[in-house]
Amino acid sequence: MSIVFEKRLVRARWAPILVPVISIFLALVFGALLLMAFGINPFEAYRVMLQGSLGGGYAISETLVKAIPLMLTGLGVSIAFRMLFWNIGAEGQLAMGGIAASYVALFLSDRLPAPLVLPLMAILAIIAGAVWGGIPAFLKAFIGVNEILTTLMMNYIAILWVEYLYLGPWRDPAGYGFPGSAPFPESAWLPRLTGRVHAGLIFAIVAAFLLWFILTRTRWGYEIRVIGENPRAARYTGIDIGKNILLVMLFSGGLAGLAGMAEVAGLTRRLYGLTVGYGYTAIIVAWLASLNPWGVLLVAFLMAALLVGGDQIQIALQTPAAVALVLQGAILFFVLGGSIFINYRIRVIRKADSSQPSLEGGGQ
Amino acid sequence: MNEALVVSILVITIRAGTSLLYATLGGILNERSGILNLGMEGIMMMGAATAFAVAYHSGVIWVGLGAAVLVGMLLAAIHAFLSITMRADQVVSGLAMTLFGTGLASFMGQRLGPGGTTMVGLQGPSFQRIPIPLLSSLPFLGQSFFQQDVMTYALYILVPMLWFLLYRTQPGLHLRAVGENPQAADAMGVNVSATRYLSTILGGALIGIGGAHLSLGYLQGWADNITGGRGWIAIALIIFATWDPLRAVVGALLFGGINAIQFRIQAAGTTIPASFLNMMPYIFTIVVLVVITWWEAISKRVGAPAALGTPYAREEKR
Repeated sequence: MSIVFEKRLVRARWAPILVPVISIFLALVFGALLLMAFGINPFEAYRVMLQGSLGGGYAISETLVKAIPLMLTGLGVSIAFRMLFWNIGAEGQLAMGGIAASYVALFLSDRLPAPLVLPLMAILAIIAGAVWGGIPAFLKAFIGVNEILTTLMMNYIAILWVEYLYLGPWRDPAGYGFPGSAPFPESAWLPRLTGRVHAGLIFAIVAAFLLWFILTRTRWGYEIRVIGENPRAARYTGIDIGKNILLVMLFSGGLAGLAGMAEVAGLTRRLYGLTVGYGYTAIIVAWLASLNPWGVLLVAFLMAALLVGGDQIQIALQTPAAVALVLQGAILFFVLGGSIFINYRIRVIRKADSSQPSLEGGGQ
Repeated sequence: MNEALVVSILVITIRAGTSLLYATLGGILNERSGILNLGMEGIMMMGAATAFAVAYHSGVIWVGLGAAVLVGMLLAAIHAFLSITMRADQVVSGLAMTLFGTGLASFMGQRLGPGGTTMVGLQGPSFQRIPIPLLSSLPFLGQSFFQQDVMTYALYILVPMLWFLLYRTQPGLHLRAVGENPQAADAMGVNVSATRYLSTILGGALIGIGGAHLSLGYLQGWADNITGGRGWIAIALIIFATWDPLRAVVGALLFGGINAIQFRIQAAGTTIPASFLNMMPYIFTIVVLVVITWWEAISKRVGAPAALGTPYAREEKR
């Protein structure tokens, strides 16, 4: 008897929904076992996580706060992943956007008319993120340098740069030596909708719509999809892959840059502690959402709930917040393992039977 | 430059290069069979955390090292299962491994100290430097190459062994065939899946040792994010080495050297901010990648195994 995977003739329709749901469930079971191994009551931990992230208006608003950067970076990486450009650099692109926006808020805002401050912050942040994403794209498109490594290395550089600024030259002189820049003037504050939820949420929704529109309604979007699904066909039909890599990465980096601006202008209102790993979680968000823009918004919210929940159990139960990271990684493992059921079915063959006629025959 | 300075730089170069070289060799073994492993950073992190925790509590450094080997193999087996049996996307599986390993190692770091406290700042057993008689008194090379710890000496044997295995033995030939052309290897009667599982899991063991040497050798202790991207730099080194264990030595020395120079500049007292010095290895990695890719393009050589990153399924003909 043997077990084989047999290719489905038609992709299973139920699988794209069911696989992530089952995966999240299995990851939670795994997480429970892990918590138990460390002597923590998993039911109590999960209850605290759920209560702290989704139980009530305040909890939900805090989850939304964390969802905003995940949405923007998730959208950014998802369009790059569409054409199989592995942008692992959202974290660094976000950081550069945050730096550019902070520069405007700290050094230009007193010389600008107040209504121009926020737009300029957003524009410069988008440009900074786009440049940071554009460098690896350029190297990939024209020399062929592995983008996974370059985008990742640029994360480390950007993170060190942010730290340098708020520990060094941009440190608040009136901050009693604590790290972090001076607070931004009020003209550089992104309006808040409710609680700490800021207008970055609107950016994210607009960006999702824009991305959906580009992917489904424009020639550019069509080209991106063709490159991702069949690069060889794309080349034969005369699609300029290099140009598309560059354009997509400018867009992708720009969205991450905007996320950085939203963080500093909407949440912290100064440059501090910007790089907390949203750019990495964005990869999971994009993948779990099957790279669908509306899916990204939903999954970003769920992953944010996990992060807020992680913070909550750290406060309430002194359980390391890294549990959230472990759960995210585990979810991704289960989704990856489960994805095979979208295109394959399991068949159990009772007996080695070579006489069975095969459609695939002998010739190549 | 005086001799003492050169020697001190060489000593750190080799100490820093040791863990990088283990990880790079593991990655080469792994990728030669056609399985891309982007989870190296996560596996190294888990290797470092496990090795330190186990060595600290048992008091025996070898038990810690053994635990890191097991953890490396176990994590690599997960990646192998997803990549080979479940034919999952190897890029995403590797990234998941890095996130998972980083998270779990950080979790362990906060809980596995004495009585469930943090491991940060603890002093555990560490590999001692053992001078080799006679050889260690050679000028320059003696102190740097022959006054190191056992793990470095083991590399002097492991590197040629791995080279010999890959290029001069039948299993090595099969391994490379599986990475270059799994269809042909399959037709030759090589078990593609088994070969890939074996090379991924053994590679994981070496990557785990690379992590262990950080917490038990080079850095001697546990700190959050202890690997600091070394797993990723090792992946760049695989490309630099064109998947050849001997060249990997050159790469590891180069990057170990960057670490050592950074160290020296910092120790000498400088006006260059530490953040900028810390950027050096990452900037250098990008530069090296650009140069090597450009050089491969103009010389028309391809270093990467042809089937790297593509799952193999016998029944589907391409």
